[in-house]
This record gives sequence, C-alpha cells and structure tokens, in this order.
Amino acid sequence: MFPFNFEWAWDIAHVVFFGGFWYAIGILGAGMTFCILKAAYDTMKGNGASDH
Amino acid sequence: MKQENNKAHKFGMVIDLDKCTGCGSCMVSCMSENNVPFKEDESNKKDSITWMRVYKITNGKSFPDTEIVYLPRPCQHCGGKGDHGHSPCVSVCPATATDYGYDTGIVSQIYTRCFGCRYCMGACPYHARYFNWWDPKWPEGMENYLSPNVSPRMRGVVEKCSFCYHRYQAARDKAYVDGRDDIEEQEYQTACTTACPAGAIVFGDLNNPAHAVHQIVKPDPHPDPRNKHIVGKSRNPNVFRLLERLGTNPKVYYLSEREWVRKAGDNYLEGEWDEIKNHHGSSSHD
Amino acid sequence: MDSALIPEGAKRCSFPKFAIGIAIVGAVLLWGVYAMFLCWFKGLNQTNMNDYYGFALWIWADLAVIAVGGGAFFTGLLKYIFKVDELKNIINFAVIIGFICYSSALLILAIDIGQPLRGWFIFWHANVHSMLTEVAFCLSCYFAVLTIEFIPNILENRQVNRVPFFHHLAHNMHGVMAIFAATGAFLSFFHQGSLGGVAGVMFGRPFAVREGLLIWPWTFFLFTWSAAAFGPCFTLLVAKITETITGKKLVKDNVVHLLAKISGWMITTYIIAKIIDTIYWATVTIPSLGFKLSHFYTNNSFYGYWILITEVVLCGVVPGALLIIKSTRENPTLRLIAIVLGVIGVCLNRWVMVLQIMAVPVMSFDTWALYIPSWQEIATTILPVAYGIILIAITYRYLPVFPQEQELNSIEPATEAE
Repeated sequence: MFPFNFEWAWDIAHVVFFGGFWYAIGILGAGMTFCILKAAYDTMKGNGASDH
Repeated sequence: MKQENNKAHKFGMVIDLDKCTGCGSCMVSCMSENNVPFKEDESNKKDSITWMRVYKITNGKSFPDTEIVYLPRPCQHCGGKGDHGHSPCVSVCPATATDYGYDTGIVSQIYTRCFGCRYCMGACPYHARYFNWWDPKWPEGMENYLSPNVSPRMRGVVEKCSFCYHRYQAARDKAYVDGRDDIEEQEYQTACTTACPAGAIVFGDLNNPAHAVHQIVKPDPHPDPRNKHIVGKSRNPNVFRLLERLGTNPKVYYLSEREWVRKAGDNYLEGEWDEIKNHHGSSSHD
Repeated sequence: MDSALIPEGAKRCSFPKFAIGIAIVGAVLLWGVYAMFLCWFKGLNQTNMNDYYGFALWIWADLAVIAVGGGAFFTGLLKYIFKVDELKNIINFAVIIGFICYSSALLILAIDIGQPLRGWFIFWHANVHSMLTEVAFCLSCYFAVLTIEFIPNILENRQVNRVPFFHHLAHNMHGVMAIFAATGAFLSFFHQGSLGGVAGVMFGRPFAVREGLLIWPWTFFLFTWSAAAFGPCFTLLVAKITETITGKKLVKDNVVHLLAKISGWMITTYIIAKIIDTIYWATVTIPSLGFKLSHFYTNNSFYGYWILITEVVLCGVVPGALLIIKSTRENPTLRLIAIVLGVIGVCLNRWVMVLQIMAVPVMSFDTWALYIPSWQEIATTILPVAYGIILIAITYRYLPVFPQEQELNSIEPATEAE
C-alpha cells in the first residue's frame, strides 16, 4: 500500500494500481476539503440559511 | 559463506501408483509431522484437514474386470502457466499470504498473514487447500507429541502441504554447519516419502539430474508444442501429472504402467486420448 | 411527534405506525445480527461451507448486491457526466440504494473472512496481481464516494438544513458532484469488473476461466456491463415497491420510461456479448481443456441446462426486448415483469459465477459437490435486506428523496401521464 511496505516494488503493476488508488483518494479528499472549507467560509461570511 | 544456494532447486515428487496400496501411512505421517488438528468425526472429508489425501479410483468396469488404484494427492506445488511461479493460488491471494519460492519451487502458506478469504481454495482444482473451520484441538496429552518445528494454525486460516519445508530448513542448517554449499538428496525427504512402506513416493530436486525423481520423470525443460503453457512435461511414457492440460504445471508426478490410470489424470474429449497418449513433451515432435 | 423532521409539505404515516413497521423489520435485523455475532465469535464452523465451497452463499449475496447496486454509479454517470437531466428525479434514490448495497457488501465481507481482525491485511499487504485486491480497494473507495453522494441528501433534512454550515456544505457538494460521480464511475468500472475477474482468472477452474484482453478476462467487462444494465432495473424495482407501500406516485413516468429504455438497451447489448462469450467458451475454451459443455450441466441433481437458459434467455433476452420496445416498456405490468426478470437474471448470473464454479468437478475422479446453507448464513444474508428496508423507510420519511413527490401528489393521478 505504501512504498515502505515490504511487498512494495517499484514495478509497473504497483505504479499503475496504487497510482490509480491514490489519485482517486486525492480527488475525493481534495473535493471534500474544498466543500468543507468553502462551507465554513460561507458560514463565516454570514450568509444565513436560505433556500436555493 | 552465504546460506543461500546459487542454483535454484525445484523440489518435486513422483508417486508410483502401481506400488501404492492405499494403506494411508502417508496421510498419518503427514498429519503427525505437520501438527494437523483433527475432529472427533473425520467422516466428512469436505471439512476435514488432510494435507495428503488418498483418493480411491476405479476403472469403472464391473467384476471381474474391476481395477482400483489409490492416488495420494499432496499440494501439487504448481508453477503456474509457463512455470513462471504464478500458480493458481499464489496469483489470487489478495494479502500475499501464499508465495512461490523461486529458489525451491515450493508454494508456501504464511498462516499469520492469511485472513481467511478462501480465494486460493476456490482457485485450486486439486482441493489441496484446507480451511481451519474450528479451533485446532488435540486429545488431552497429545499436545505433547506436537512437532516443535511446525507452527500449529489458528482458526480461520487456510493451510496445506508444505513439502515438509521445515525439513528443508533443517537440512540446510546442517549443511551450513558442516560447511557444505548444498544439501544431499537424502537429507531432505518429506514425511510421506519416508513413511511409505511400499516405497511408492520418490522426492527430490527435479532440476538435479543426479536425483532419482529427475531420472524417473525426465522433465522436458521446453514448453509443450501442443500447449505453450505446459512446461516440465515428463518424457517418461508412464509418467503424468494431474490436470496437466490446465497449465498449472504441478511438481507432483504420477507413475503407472496402466493406461486407464494415466488417462484418469486428466480430462479428454472422445477420441482425444488416443491422439495424446503417445505425446511426451517437445521431443515427441522432433 | 416527529413532524418537525418530516420534509415540508410531505404527507407521512403516523409515527406509531412507522415505529411498528420498523420494529417488525428490526426483529429480522436482530436475528441476522445474532447470527453475525455467532459467526464472529464461534467462527465459520457456524456455516455449511466446506473445503469444496470456500465461496458460498455470502459471496453470491455480495456479488449480487454489488451488481444491483450498480444503478447508483450508472445513473450518476448518466446524470452528471452525460447530462441526462431528467434523472435528477431518481438519482437520490439510486444513491441510497447504492449506499445500502455497498455497505451491505462490506459487512458481508467482514463476516465472510476467517480472521475478521486481519481484514486490513488486504490493504496493507496488498498483492496487486489479485483481482480480490482490486475489488477491496475500489469497493471501499466507491463506498466513500456513495457516502459523499448521500451526505447532501441527509443535510437537506428540514432541521439539519437550518444549520448554516450544513446548508452551505450541501450546496457546495452539489456544485462539485460531477467530479465525485466521475470518480465513482471510474472506481465502479474497476470493482465491478474485477469481481468478474475473480472468476475469470481462475485457470484451474474450467467453468470459470475466460480468455480476455491484457490482464482482464472477458468476465471483467461482462460484469461491469451487466451491473450498468441491470442496476437501473433494481432502482426501478425498489422505487415501484416504495410507491406501492406508500400508496403514492413518487417518480414521473417519463423518468421511469427513460431509465427503463436505457436499461433495456444496455441489457440487450450485454446479453449479445454474453451469448458470444458463452459460445466461444463452450466451443473453444473448454474443449481445449478436455471438457464438453454437458460436463457442466449434467450428472448432478441441481445444475442443468435450465440454469443457462433461464439466465440468458428468460432473464436476459426477454427483459431486454420488453424494455427496448416502446409499447411493452410503457405498459406498467410488462415493464414490471421485465425489471423483475432482469434483477433475477443478474442475481442468477452471479450465483452461477460463484456457486456453480465450486460445484463442478474438475479432476476426472472427483464428484459434484452440492451445498445447502446453514440458518446462520441465511440470517446474515437476510440481514442486509432488513437493514435496507429500514434505511429506505427512514430516509423516505425524513429526507426529500423524491423531488417530484409533492408535485405528483397534489394533482390528480389521471393527469400525470405525459
């Protein structure tokens, strides 16, 4: 899973598999971080709950 | 001196089915040697652990033409397609809990790594893999007979024949102490081999022409021209492997002079056996 | 007593009636939970699995719920990436069904493994060459995607949405949902496929093995395709059941017709591919290994040609045809028959690709192995169904799941049709 796991090898299989995995995790993590931070910013700006 | 040997071994076995009497000594010695737990009632063979299992096969003919053969089946230690080490079980294990030893050809099982998904069992066509459905238990006092060289397995993991790998380790240690580079043929023999009263099992290094197993099997080092996935096909007309056509490349060979026994080792379409039976590796096509 | 939580303008049954319903299903759930703990504490000897049936009822249930849960990723793909806007009226529900299916699948896997406390080894000590590793990674990641897709719907609860932060969070998540949906589709392609690959790569099992493209056997692509094809059928089926129980129309006919039409074309194209795959396997793959087709369908008391014909023709060709022909698709009874057959068909396919593989003898002197699950296996397989019913009941009651509900239930049903 990580390069420091002893099963890890810098071969094409590991790079493709975990490249895809960490890429997906990165998108999900970054997406959620953006949503949460923007929600906190919007809340602090004082925009109250309103229908949209 | 390094303990590792420079030349890779390929440990394998040939079982003479014409000598096997079906006595079960190999099964008993295997269970005893490898600390295999057992149940009070072992009659259900589908959930009993038998690293070495003896099958009884008949030629399907009625009396007086009935013939029976007993076929001992340990783990076949498959080399996988092309004999590259991707055996059916090793390639599917998600947690790298079973591994192919390129220095020995032995398929190992790491009990503390296995988490019990049983995919390897599904992938093995020989039913050589067993799951610990129960906690391992022995009758009172019998724990004293357990071998200290083999770790007992916990509930919830898969286990199988290891070709008595601990004996290989012990032989290698002895060779190291003696200042030798390699082990002798007789220094590493599996429990079933030594227990067989008929001498039906021969074990050794398939890569070593001096070893009896190599001399009997005469493995063909080239891929089979009929199926490039098959490597190590025997050039002995009486020797066969189980389900060889699947390309699993087992290291357990069987020997029989009886044609119907050799035919029972694999599946053939109608009329196919007569075409195939005289084909013994790439040399047959020379 | 819970009226403050119910979406504004929506009519729901009284709380005691709701509570009684939940309690009845909850009793079934507890039965399953009891069996689950038996398996965890006493071990898998509680099941009727054995060394021939290392994969059994649970793995079938796992594959089946993931297949029918495929409606979530495929509907999401259509809605957010291909911009099929009508599907916004059913996407929430598809996501909830997907969430239930995938959480159930993960729970089943946690019960199924012999050493549950070592379950994390599949991630930590991953063997990237194993299809099951790919399944575990993509399944877990896609479950995270479904959770993310489900959150905005939860945040739209009347009370939760009053909290400004949650209100903004839901709004922002809607804004970037296309990115999450695309990631979900990517992950789904691989985990649905690798579930098919699990069987297809078993070259020691002639019933399962398939040739393929690069490292992926044909079953990889067939599983992804079938999940995308039959998943929407399950979404429509559960929507129909929900409409029947609530006595309300919740989704407009044009939305249902559209999803049914897409599903119909997907099923038809899938079943053509499946038939080609079966013919190639039967005439090229297995004869090369020394087997005739009859080996897999005769000489046993259960698996006959009927299972192949039922799966491919009755539950594949027939629902595909019923859903692509406009007149049958728009006939409510025939449409219902088609989606029920479709759901049965994909479940049957998963059954065959798990249990029949284990049943077929491979060594010439081996015998067929049949198996009947224990009550613990059945209870733990029913557990996700009970859990799903409860979660759908709660979400329907408290969340605005169906955007068209109020519109559809404030006018006469007769005028609903387009």
